[in-house]
Amino acid sequence: MSTTMTSPKRTGSTTPDLLTAGQLPKFTGLAALVVSIAVAAGLLALLQSANVTSVVAVGALLFLLSMFILSTAVEGVRKAKDRLAKYVVTGFFLVALAPLISVIWGTIANGMARFDGVFFTWSMRNVLGEGGGAIHAIWGTLIITGIATLISVPIGLLTAIYLVEYSNNGKLGASIRFFVDVMTGIPSIVAGLFAYTIFSMIFGAGHKSGISGAVALSILMIPTVVRSTEEMLRIVPNELREASYALGVPKWRTILKVVLPTSIAGIITGVVLAIARVIGETAPLLVTASITSSMNLDPSQHPMATLPVFVYNQYMYAPGIDTAAYHARAWAGALTLILIVMGLNAIGRFIAWKFAPKAGR
Amino acid sequence: MSKRIEIKDLDIYYGKFHAVKSVNMTIEPRAVTAFIGSSGCGKSTVLRSLNRMHEVIPGAYVDGQVLLDGVDLYAPNVDPVRVRRQVGMVFQRPNPFPTMSIKENILAGVRLNNARISKSAADELVEKSLKGANLWNEVKDRLDRPGSGLSGGQQQRLCIARAIAVEPDVILMDEPCSALDPISTLAIEDLIKDLKEEYTVVIVTHNMQQAARVSDQTAFFNLKAHGQPGELIEMGPTEKIFHNPDQKATEDYITGRFG
Ligand SMILES: Nc1ncnc2c1ncn2[C@@H]1O[C@H](COP(=O)(O)OP(=O)(O)O)[C@@H](O)[C@H]1O
Ligand SMILES: [Mg+2]
Repeated sequence: MSTTMTSPKRTGSTTPDLLTAGQLPKFTGLAALVVSIAVAAGLLALLQSANVTSVVAVGALLFLLSMFILSTAVEGVRKAKDRLAKYVVTGFFLVALAPLISVIWGTIANGMARFDGVFFTWSMRNVLGEGGGAIHAIWGTLIITGIATLISVPIGLLTAIYLVEYSNNGKLGASIRFFVDVMTGIPSIVAGLFAYTIFSMIFGAGHKSGISGAVALSILMIPTVVRSTEEMLRIVPNELREASYALGVPKWRTILKVVLPTSIAGIITGVVLAIARVIGETAPLLVTASITSSMNLDPSQHPMATLPVFVYNQYMYAPGIDTAAYHARAWAGALTLILIVMGLNAIGRFIAWKFAPKAGR
Repeated sequence: MSKRIEIKDLDIYYGKFHAVKSVNMTIEPRAVTAFIGSSGCGKSTVLRSLNRMHEVIPGAYVDGQVLLDGVDLYAPNVDPVRVRRQVGMVFQRPNPFPTMSIKENILAGVRLNNARISKSAADELVEKSLKGANLWNEVKDRLDRPGSGLSGGQQQRLCIARAIAVEPDVILMDEPCSALDPISTLAIEDLIKDLKEEYTVVIVTHNMQQAARVSDQTAFFNLKAHGQPGELIEMGPTEKIFHNPDQKATEDYITGRFG
């Protein structure tokens, strides 16, 4: 490196407004959007091909084009590109959101008709045509997912603890992790057939029960619980474990009193999300717990109705007459299921927020 | 309370890697012993072998003896958990338990070991330990707040209070001030000078002024070359190591000619 290096010329240093640049007024974006949509609607109406999709698509293109030109003229190319990127990203986000919103909207619109007191107090016993409800299916869903949770959480939690705290990245740990990965990929119908076969072998062919459904769901749930718990345990800083060991606390107690409390919020959230994932499973329950029109609160024997299978059943096996009543019940069941899943997600988030270690003063 | 540590022919390994070679030294009770030396020469490794924290790392082991008042910590029938109750440790980064209040942090050593303790005894222990760590006046009004809400220096003193609450004989500190500002560092250094009235204190530091300020004895570690095991070069009264060391390597390090 030579000592007589010349610094690049600072040509602009005499210009007084080096730091300022033109700026579009705040409302420009909104105005351009409204105008673009209006122009697109007008043009397409002239061509007689105006519908929601085409107007939105053409309007969006017009908007991008006009904003880019406007911004280039007033603010410069760099800012124009920045705006373009921002609008494109926002646009794709809205596109991604559209199916979600339309699913929720469709379910609410179709489901509200039968989202009534009868729906939540009646089963389908002796109901033909209108009336009837899903209380038997709601109870079935709660019982079966409840049992599946009771099975999956201890197994999943202990497996994750083994993997993180005891396996020392050994061979056993690696193979467990491999099988958990494989389990994650099991198609749900296979889990159902597996549980059905096992129970049929033990209790006789054609066995149908809530508990066999719960076992099928556990097969789907365990890997999720292991994975999420493992992740939560791994982010507990090693320093906390060492701090505990240095106080003369044995390892198992350190795990119980330091590691788990530190990560409990994340673990519970993971469990709740795992429940939310399996609660809508249909195929494995169809072959294990099957469907019935009556209330069955005994998981050990006889078919047990569940919400997803109820929805399937109401929709697929609606007879030729009163079809609308069956479809309305199916939608109300779907709405109930979505609300339960949303509720579970909300609970998960609440727990994560409530139990997270706080740094407050 | 305070106990003497004798290290005899101690070799320390991480799996196949020979980290520290044949250390022999005596650490006096009621005194502060400082470990100095360049990064990676094995100061932390030696320190962690004094309360059997070294073996917490998978594959890590030692060969040799560490005698605590004549009892070999590595004898086959010695329980490492019991060793750690007598030889406490403070880490480089303050690590109070985030789920616990200040008070619970102090009581962690007792409570986590499931010992029953009456409320009055607990309050007494909390006050005594916090006073011992020069922290009582700053936190006495917020004992039920989370320990993680304190400043870095306060958190480190909380960790010291937590360590002395289990009434150990020895306190090991691994660069306890390296994450702290100068004011907090001074507070910790004052505390270290107080602690030696009752405990055997061993401190690792990369700050030579700090070693000169707080320690009575200084041990200088060095590493011949990268990948070679670290070694104890010489040990003696701090005064002598800093002004009149026997070894050329020590003098070079002290005067800043390498490392
Ligand atoms: N957990 C570990 N696994 C393997 N090697 C380690 C581990 N910790 C430290 N070492 C190695 O041991 C040697 C001594 O490290 P350390 O005691 O941390 O040095 P110092 O505290 O003096 O900076 C270094 O070569 C370091 O790379
Ligand atoms: Mg170190």
